[in-house]
Amino acid sequence: MTDLASSATPSAAVVAETDDSAARLHRNLFIAIAVLLAIAPFVAYPVFVMKVLCFALFALAFNLLLGYGGLLSFGHAAYFGMASYVSAYTAKNWGLTPELAILLGTAVAAALGLVFGALAIRRQGIYFAMITLALAQMAFFFSLQTPRFTGGEDGIQAVPRGKLFGLISLADDRALYWLVAAIFMGGLLLIYRIIHSPFGQVCKAIRDNEPRAISLGYRASQYKLAVFVLSAGLAGLAGATKAIVFQLASLTDVYWTMSGEVVLMTLVGGLGTVFGPIVGAAVIVAMQNYLAGLGSWVLVVQGVIFVACVLLFREGIVGVISKWIKKPL
Amino acid sequence: MFELLGVPPQALFGQVLLGLINGSFYAILSLGLAVIFGLLNIINFAHGAQYMMGAFVAWMCLNYLGINYWAALVVAPILVGATGIVIERLLLARIAKYDHLYGLLLTFGLALIIQGLFRNYYGSSGLPYGIPPQLTGGQNLGFMFLPTYRGWVVVASLIVCLATWFMIEKTKLGSYLRAATENPTLTQAFGINVPLLVTLTYGFGVALAAFAGVLAAPIYAVNPNMGADLIIVVFAVVVIGGMGSIMGAIVTGFSLGLIEGLTKVFYPEASSTVIFIIMVLVLLVKPAGLFGRAA
Amino acid sequence: MKLKTLLAATALGALMAAPALAQQISVKAGVLNDRSGIYADLSGEGSVIAARLAVEDFKAAEKGIKVEIVSADHQNKPDVGSTITRQWYDQDGVDLILDVPTSSVALAVSQITKDKNKILINSGAGTSDLTGKACSPNTIHWTYDTYALAQGTGGAMVKAGGDSWFFLTADYAFGHALERDTSAVVTKAGGKVLGAVRTPFPGTDFSSFLLQAQASKAKVIGLANAGGDLTNSVKQASEFGITQGGQKLAGLLTFASDVHALGLQAAQGLVLTESFYWDRDDGTRAWSERFAKLNGGKKPTMVQAGVYSGLLHYLKAVEAAKSKDSAVVMAKMKEMPTDDPLFGKGTIRVNGRKMHSMYLYEVKKPSESKGPWDYYKQLAVLSGEEAFQPLAETGCSLVK
Repeated sequence: MTDLASSATPSAAVVAETDDSAARLHRNLFIAIAVLLAIAPFVAYPVFVMKVLCFALFALAFNLLLGYGGLLSFGHAAYFGMASYVSAYTAKNWGLTPELAILLGTAVAAALGLVFGALAIRRQGIYFAMITLALAQMAFFFSLQTPRFTGGEDGIQAVPRGKLFGLISLADDRALYWLVAAIFMGGLLLIYRIIHSPFGQVCKAIRDNEPRAISLGYRASQYKLAVFVLSAGLAGLAGATKAIVFQLASLTDVYWTMSGEVVLMTLVGGLGTVFGPIVGAAVIVAMQNYLAGLGSWVLVVQGVIFVACVLLFREGIVGVISKWIKKPL
Repeated sequence: MFELLGVPPQALFGQVLLGLINGSFYAILSLGLAVIFGLLNIINFAHGAQYMMGAFVAWMCLNYLGINYWAALVVAPILVGATGIVIERLLLARIAKYDHLYGLLLTFGLALIIQGLFRNYYGSSGLPYGIPPQLTGGQNLGFMFLPTYRGWVVVASLIVCLATWFMIEKTKLGSYLRAATENPTLTQAFGINVPLLVTLTYGFGVALAAFAGVLAAPIYAVNPNMGADLIIVVFAVVVIGGMGSIMGAIVTGFSLGLIEGLTKVFYPEASSTVIFIIMVLVLLVKPAGLFGRAA
Repeated sequence: MKLKTLLAATALGALMAAPALAQQISVKAGVLNDRSGIYADLSGEGSVIAARLAVEDFKAAEKGIKVEIVSADHQNKPDVGSTITRQWYDQDGVDLILDVPTSSVALAVSQITKDKNKILINSGAGTSDLTGKACSPNTIHWTYDTYALAQGTGGAMVKAGGDSWFFLTADYAFGHALERDTSAVVTKAGGKVLGAVRTPFPGTDFSSFLLQAQASKAKVIGLANAGGDLTNSVKQASEFGITQGGQKLAGLLTFASDVHALGLQAAQGLVLTESFYWDRDDGTRAWSERFAKLNGGKKPTMVQAGVYSGLLHYLKAVEAAKSKDSAVVMAKMKEMPTDDPLFGKGTIRVNGRKMHSMYLYEVKKPSESKGPWDYYKQLAVLSGEEAFQPLAETGCSLVK
């Protein structure tokens, strides 16, 4: 049924046979990413890079559910947005240090993922997409109607960046950048670890053939729910971090267009690839940044990219490269 | 007179009627989605944008061509339906062999393009479109003032919904359609042109959305975003109904409009979420939806 | 650390100004607004045109001031707005930002502007917090705010006999604020508030709420909503014969572009408050004529007019101060009286509030309108002192 991820990347199935060369390649890629992260703030504008990293982590989280759970969620904005509210609120009103605020936001997103996930995994495919969308819309209305907590449409503004562990001030963009880079790298490694763990293998088995996995004695729905919660939590981590970076949390983060954007990022980068979402997020965020002067044409351009990707470029950027070098990425 | 939870019965009747009117839009839109889903197995995310196109085409007809509301009611669905046919032929047909979720993504992209283009050319604050002169004014029903136009909306949507149901369930063409839904390969083998059927079905579903758009133009603001938020509510309606049956889509549409209308009286703050709450309840009890077949 | 970026920014500024040291000051103004969403028509490209007209009318080049205008779309998203703002200040050497509709974005931009010690002249946003509890020494709120709208529409209507009110309130913070401010004004002026109903936001069907409003027999139905909600509720009120039945509709946040979208047939009789209307006098008409030529025939809204007026005053202050240092220019702007053909004479208060008259308008009947964009008849004028919040009540920390 839901062969979206596997059909997109024929190589994804090969991941199971983690041949040494692929593992070596991945290790080199991780080193390359770490190096890139280290030099990025000196080359590019740090706030922009932090934005890319937050969205990249968000897209990675989304892709975990799609690529390895076989479930296309159209409501990931709910976890991203609610976490950003929680982290902004606690950092501002309770005076929590940034790391605690971010952790709390992540935890709330995971809890929300547990509730929504339990409801949504009762259906698959298109129904699943619509249900997650509708549930996310509920989260949006909740945010809209509880201004005491969310600040309504003004959002929570002027969130203090605070001091990491109560010691290191994050007011400087560079200082904050290292924290964001560390969170991103941690999230990426965690996701990579999940995918290549026995748990990840079972998830892939369920994705590819649910009845068979069930007949082998795996409780498919529990695995699906677990992936869902992990994905929601990581999306929350991204949202909570973003709230600290931009010092605000707003309705934009919970609105359904945000869910659409993360789908687009993943699609452009390559569904079901490990590194695709990062590339996709960088491309889309850069595009939004540099095309901002085009006004409403940005929307049209995004739509065209969507359509073009689906028609001609289903593997995404990284998927194509992966096919080309005949190694999973 | 008795009162129900502190609301006089007059007000209640009024709200029930208004709920039905909103339900008319839900019914036509979810019917269109169900028809498309039945044969193409995709959820048409562009449905809201096509509903908006219907309203805009009605406006263009009036302002550029001098075509009045009544003619627009026929012309706009045909024109917008024709764009639907082009979309199916050029785009959707190419990805039919892949996962159906790609169809969702494709139509999502289309929705962005259509909305963006209309925003560029017509701005975002909207365009004026008046009620046709034959339908202005209204009747005093004793318990409320019913604008004639609202009455017309209910009648028109009922006619269209029932005609669609009749066509699919009771006619020869409908039987081909149902056969193709059940088993496209076999139907093709019997000499029926299934790809053509698919194209026409998509065109028809889109035309239904456009028809709803023309109906909406005189009473709702005609702007590029008019369909975007509505469509998510309609998605929830579709999940509740289950898309298994044409009649299911119609009944669910009308009844949810009704429930929403009643919520506006008793607890207005919840009226935007009530449909989603019902969706959650239905999912807990009947994951396949009220009229759906278990997957 | 902030100092470092500041130093970098001034260094950059000095570097850029260096070649033209011959008393030439070069200024970079950023017009940040909605170019694609619901406020694109009332701000958008029109505000950029207004800014260009200000530069032209100021004859900047002759006075040795080089002005560059950049623009961007904040999509009504605070995060997009704050990214652009940071980038403009940190990297692109922007000296002041203009317009910024949408309260959430405006508050975010105002905060960053304060941190980076630049200047924000806000024209598009409504929230009176900008000069109240969120006030900043670097922000001027130019065109209108929710407090003044409430004073205009609420106070003046009660005076005109509309003494019983029912509110249709969009169920979000901005709607609540509009309702709260207006009912306070109504009650103070001796009117009564009979009730209010919270409508889901964003909404399409307002008929059942309008029926509740009708049943309340209030003389005035206050629409505490904006954009699509406003057009929908006005359209449906006309459908249900509410204005014909003698009740008046009051739009608490209505722009000329909304009326244009509704058409006079639906909008007639709507009462609203604005600080600028293109057809007010010869000065506004002449300017609006020039503006419309550049803007596809569309007349300016008060937001666009505010961008013009704000930038003009800024340039005058730069000329007078012979410097573009933020603190110096801000002081000069607050010290100099403002004067331009669009808003007349005015002043800027210590909290950043620009003072000028507000006008109460009623939308004409189709039969009274002489042509396109002939929409309003004037009902009342409020002086700046009457319209805007008394300094002592603002809660702004700059007020001593």
